[in-house]
Amino acid sequence: MEWKNTADVVIIGGGIIGVSTAYYLAKEGMENIVLIEKGTICGGSTGRCGAGIRAQWGTEMNCRLGIAALDIFEQLDDELGMSVGLNQGGYLLVAYNEEEFETLRKGMVLQNSLGINSRMISLKEAREICPGLSADDAFGFFFHGRDGHADPFLTTFAYLEAAKKMGVTCFRHTTCTGIVVEDNVVKGVETERGTISAPIVINCAGAYAQFIAKMAGIDIPNWGERHEIMITEPVAPGVCPCMLMSFSGNYYIQQRPHGSIICGMSPEGHPEDFEMKTTWNFLEEMSRTLVRLLPRTKGIRVARQWSGMYDMTPDAQPIIGETDVKNFYHSTGYSGHGFMLAPVAGKILAQHLAGKTPDIDFSMLDYRRFARGEHIRESNVV
Amino acid sequence: MPDSVGKKDQIYVCRCEEVTLEEIDEWIDKGYDTVEELKRVLRVGMGPCQGRGCQDILMREIAKKTGKHISEVEPATVRPPAKPIKIGLLAEGGEE
Ligand SMILES: Cc1cc2nc3c(=O)[nH]c(=O)nc-3n(C[C@H](O)[C@H](O)[C@H](O)COP(=O)(O)OP(=O)(O)OC[C@H]3O[C@@H](n4cnc5c(N)ncnc54)[C@H](O)[C@@H]3O)c2cc1C
Ligand code: FES
Repeated sequence: MEWKNTADVVIIGGGIIGVSTAYYLAKEGMENIVLIEKGTICGGSTGRCGAGIRAQWGTEMNCRLGIAALDIFEQLDDELGMSVGLNQGGYLLVAYNEEEFETLRKGMVLQNSLGINSRMISLKEAREICPGLSADDAFGFFFHGRDGHADPFLTTFAYLEAAKKMGVTCFRHTTCTGIVVEDNVVKGVETERGTISAPIVINCAGAYAQFIAKMAGIDIPNWGERHEIMITEPVAPGVCPCMLMSFSGNYYIQQRPHGSIICGMSPEGHPEDFEMKTTWNFLEEMSRTLVRLLPRTKGIRVARQWSGMYDMTPDAQPIIGETDVKNFYHSTGYSGHGFMLAPVAGKILAQHLAGKTPDIDFSMLDYRRFARGEHIRESNVV
Repeated sequence: MPDSVGKKDQIYVCRCEEVTLEEIDEWIDKGYDTVEELKRVLRVGMGPCQGRGCQDILMREIAKKTGKHISEVEPATVRPPAKPIKIGLLAEGGEE
């Protein structure tokens, strides 16, 4: 593909956030959009994620983003002309003590006020939704039927193919090595293959966004946290049709349409690193959790395990918007839920850049909130 | 049309995930010319045999279509465990 020395917008990062942003910018009529990715598309967190989608959140902002993203996901196949593998089996949240139950209940009240029809359910109903569930030690359950998951690869590729059709250029194997800034205004990006001049640059580098920001002299509180995950061989459906999740129980488990069960948990000590290490300890811990919750998984074999980075911020909410360097934007720090928020994240930033009022006002997601001490931490995260 | 071309939709490169040569060629043409990317988009190599039955054929097809030498085509990243282990056994600490 022919190299470009100039562009109207350069997006750094070929994960779901960068790709969806490129698509919505093109849809808003922007031209000459270039996306650069140091490796391959989906090679970062996106291709390693659990790909769960939910609207059951604890902060108003995440609820608004979550339900708006669900609305988009529900018609994404038609919009992009390709299946993204959406499957809405719902999310079943399990509380193990009174305090956690109260947090989830408050979340539900908030969600209901924003049009999210989540509800409290009994153990009996939980068993109907998730047959074979063994959770006598649970304190309570919450469920939202529209939650679910999609295929992270298909979703990203569908956005990319649709973006390419609208003229977006994508350079893979192209590492950003510097941000060109003059008089506090962004002028382009330096890459291993040459410089691209551009009046707008968007940092969508996921857990690596902090390093890209630094290139322009910007400090953002964003870091990578290693999370492990595993998938089993495919088995007959019905083992765990919903996403089974608990924040204090520290797990998420779901059976995919092709029969494999995918599951993960938060790592002990929350290691901040960029090593995609996998551990035997995780396999054992996760297996113990599975056998306890879903005894019939005992005879199922693990097929693969891997790890990836959660793209963290101090309040577990994203960083979206312009920086102190003019026209240098960020859309990052999705803190383990960037896949599900990507459709709406790309859309609102594109609307803003096109001079429109975005569907959701994201000004509070400005990165300077941390310095101002204005952040409220999201409680509903594994 | 030569026979070999006409049958591309019937030639299964990956038996486990039922991926045909036609689908693989189509995505290589769209620019998805690495084992990792084809795996992501078509699930080729992600079946129970974990690519033992199809990765070599896939790499040869990539080499052929991109004009690269087979030694320049990167195989897929290995994601342990290499041998599927039962969850029940892992839960017991693998001591049984
Ligand atoms: C185990 C695990 C489970 C998860 N489960 C879920 C879930 O269930 N639901 C959900 O919504 N989210 C989940 N997530 C989180 C989700 O994966 C991320 O929030 C999301 O993928 C972020 O997308 P992104 O595009 O910002 O980042 P990425 O996909 O990481 O993309 C960033 C890209 O930038 C590239 N890049 C970095 N530096 C440079 C450079 N210098 N030059 C050029 N390119 C560069 C990287 O190579 C990378 O491809 C999970 C994450 C993990 C690890
Ligand atoms: S033949 Fe492709 S995974 Fe088994």
